[in-house]
Amino acid sequence: MITRIPILKLRDCLIVSIQWELDDQTALSFQEDLLEKLHTTSARGVVLDLTPIDFIDSFIAKVLGDVINMSGLMGAKVVITGIQPAVAITLIELGIRLENVVTALDLENGLEKLERELED
Amino acid sequence: MNLRSSVDIITEWDIVAARQLGRNEAKEVGFGTVDQARITTAISELARNIYLYAGKGKIEIRQITDGNLRGLLVIASDKGPGIVDVRKVMEDGYTTSGGLGAGLPGVRRLMDDFKIETVLGEGTTISASKLLR
Repeated sequence: MITRIPILKLRDCLIVSIQWELDDQTALSFQEDLLEKLHTTSARGVVLDLTPIDFIDSFIAKVLGDVINMSGLMGAKVVITGIQPAVAITLIELGIRLENVVTALDLENGLEKLERELED
Repeated sequence: MNLRSSVDIITEWDIVAARQLGRNEAKEVGFGTVDQARITTAISELARNIYLYAGKGKIEIRQITDGNLRGLLVIASDKGPGIVDVRKVMEDGYTTSGGLGAGLPGVRRLMDDFKIETVLGEGTTISASKLLR
């Protein structure tokens, strides 16, 4: 019963919008799918939009942090967008600091930020 | 009105079921979105701990009242190995499973009240509650 998260390609970026609550298996298969897609498309950046997500626990946070580092190893930059206020508050209270993670308010800002990062 | 509900934690999917139940109960009590996220996250951490360390157990959610205040009490219980060093598991960053080590100290910060009872070889019961202010 694993749901696969769609990964779209736009120019040299991948765009992912996580639309529903992540269970452990979906999160782990997303990790593999994204790295595979980076490999096959040679995309240089990823925008990961979390707008509909209303909570992130330590497991999901670890999977997201890991996939960002893994993408980095493959030479791709990841920008996280759309973190809700409640999610930001609970992540910090939980003691999770997604350090060195590039974030933006929404998808549009995220794409702009990513394009600037890729130009440097 | 059902004031007590519970989810048996046996598989990973039960973690999802427990936090969905928690969110629904939190909504019903009247918690705002931030507190709903706090409660859902706390339940997810407690349920995952049961799944990872005890194999199976139970998450019980009770609607409570304290004076004029309503709230939720979450009880996570298992008959697992128990916790050897409670002080250690309450330290940020301590983990034996390769996780972030944020679970229990995080739950304590997310909720108002937090209690651990653990007996080696018999199991662990963690109670955490939050009142609606």
